[in-house]
Amino acid sequence: MHGLIFRTLEAFVSETFGPACWGKAIALSGQPVTSFEAMLQYDKAYLPKLLCACAGVLDRPQSEILEDLGTYLITHQNHASVRRLLRFGGQTFSDLLHALDDLPDRTRMVVPGLQLPQILVREPVPQRFTILCTGDPHGFGHVLVGLLRAMADDYGTLAVLDHLGDRDRAEVIDVTVVETAFADDRGFSLTEAELVGKL
Amino acid sequence: MISACDLLLVLRPMHVCIAPTGHIRQVGKSFAKLALADPTGCRFLEVFEVLRPIKPATMTDLRSLVGQVLRLRLRSEPGLVLRGLAVDDCADGVILDLSFGIAVVDAVQRFGLTAQDFAPSDLVMELLFLQEAKSSAMAASFSLNARLNGARLAAETAALTDGLTGLHNRRALDAALEQLGQSDTEYAVLHMDLDRFKQVNDSLGHAVGDEVLKRVAAIMRSHTRQDDLLIRSGGDEFIILCPGLTNRTRLNELAASLIGDISEPFPLATHSITIGASIGVMVTHDTISVLGAEVVERADIALYAAKRQGRGRHLFWSPDMGTTLAALDLPKTASRDQT
Repeated sequence: MHGLIFRTLEAFVSETFGPACWGKAIALSGQPVTSFEAMLQYDKAYLPKLLCACAGVLDRPQSEILEDLGTYLITHQNHASVRRLLRFGGQTFSDLLHALDDLPDRTRMVVPGLQLPQILVREPVPQRFTILCTGDPHGFGHVLVGLLRAMADDYGTLAVLDHLGDRDRAEVIDVTVVETAFADDRGFSLTEAELVGKL
Repeated sequence: MISACDLLLVLRPMHVCIAPTGHIRQVGKSFAKLALADPTGCRFLEVFEVLRPIKPATMTDLRSLVGQVLRLRLRSEPGLVLRGLAVDDCADGVILDLSFGIAVVDAVQRFGLTAQDFAPSDLVMELLFLQEAKSSAMAASFSLNARLNGARLAAETAALTDGLTGLHNRRALDAALEQLGQSDTEYAVLHMDLDRFKQVNDSLGHAVGDEVLKRVAAIMRSHTRQDDLLIRSGGDEFIILCPGLTNRTRLNELAASLIGDISEPFPLATHSITIGASIGVMVTHDTISVLGAEVVERADIALYAAKRQGRGRHLFWSPDMGTTLAALDLPKTASRDQT
């Protein structure tokens, strides 16, 4: 399994709850490593053990931790590129939802070897979306809920997101877009990153 | 049915329609973003400069390019080369369909272009996405490489260093000798053996022995120059490699002061510890071209000669000592046991 997944969990836990919490979780999970590298591969069996240990150390359900991790990825300055890359998906929050089908392919294009679940998006009723995530890593649906909640804020859209649990081995997410111009859009310029890099 | 001109306006944000007179009739909406006043009505060749495949000077020249791929630039933006296809409009004019090509990354930055400036079917958003994603991935890759390189350097240092004293080890000596062998630098080797160290180690324990070795290392550091290589070559054996130092007077002073300081009794916990040292010195210009390993061996021979003369002293190697330890009448192992 791609190191980015482990590295993200490590960054989230140690930056949000402190390095000591991460140290405890690592020890509790019985991993042979104390820190993960984003650009290396690791045994995928580590992930459920690590999540279980994190839930124990932080005394919170795994689903909540994963959801917060998704939000952290969008809102934390260290990961500004994630937000930007998602904003390439569309000019409105609804556009972004429709572009989610492409997310695993886009991800693979960027980071070969990073496997995400298959995502299927439907809009049976206007502004009411159903998202199905099938495949490993299980629990990704919770990450997606946190991530999309933060992205809705980013677009200034009021949306209600719910993880409905598993159905036919797929995680099911329900999204209702209530108001598209609820708050200010944080904006997206194609050049932002370049300018930051070059100025 | 939509007219051809309207269709172009909808689908091709970077097209130029040129009338038979050579004047621009219509441009796509993206040109408004390129820091350009509306060029409609201007002469095409005054606004644009065609670079390849030929430089047309007239409308006839331009029409001869129909069907070909052109490279051209705006005269107001000479740094930005566009490419495009010339199409016959079947009314004695020409239509150019242009794009930024790979220059799009720079163009987006320079002109603050947005997704709306490109046709929805254009892959430019994917290109920009990849460009940005690639930069992020490269940054992550560079940072991993930097960390791995740091770890490698640390491991290399560890491998050339004696963990207890922080002095270099035999491997570092071999590397340094090989390097010296390739240059014409003269150098001296001091081979030092501690006297009575074994007794201290045996009677007071290894912990005390380790402290003694650290103190010796500190004394060696304080007496030598930055360029000298200090090596712990065995349990209580040390080698000092002094590149460029062949002056016998200075080497005499160095060896004598090392032995003097090491032989000073010093307190350690509740003990007063007294050890000594003997040194053999070999200077390269004493002989004509010898191998680095031979230089070290001759220093070793001089060391044993010094020990035989009663320890606590240093001797320079001289030809009468011979070139092998076996040539000395005292066997090496017997000499070691008495230290």
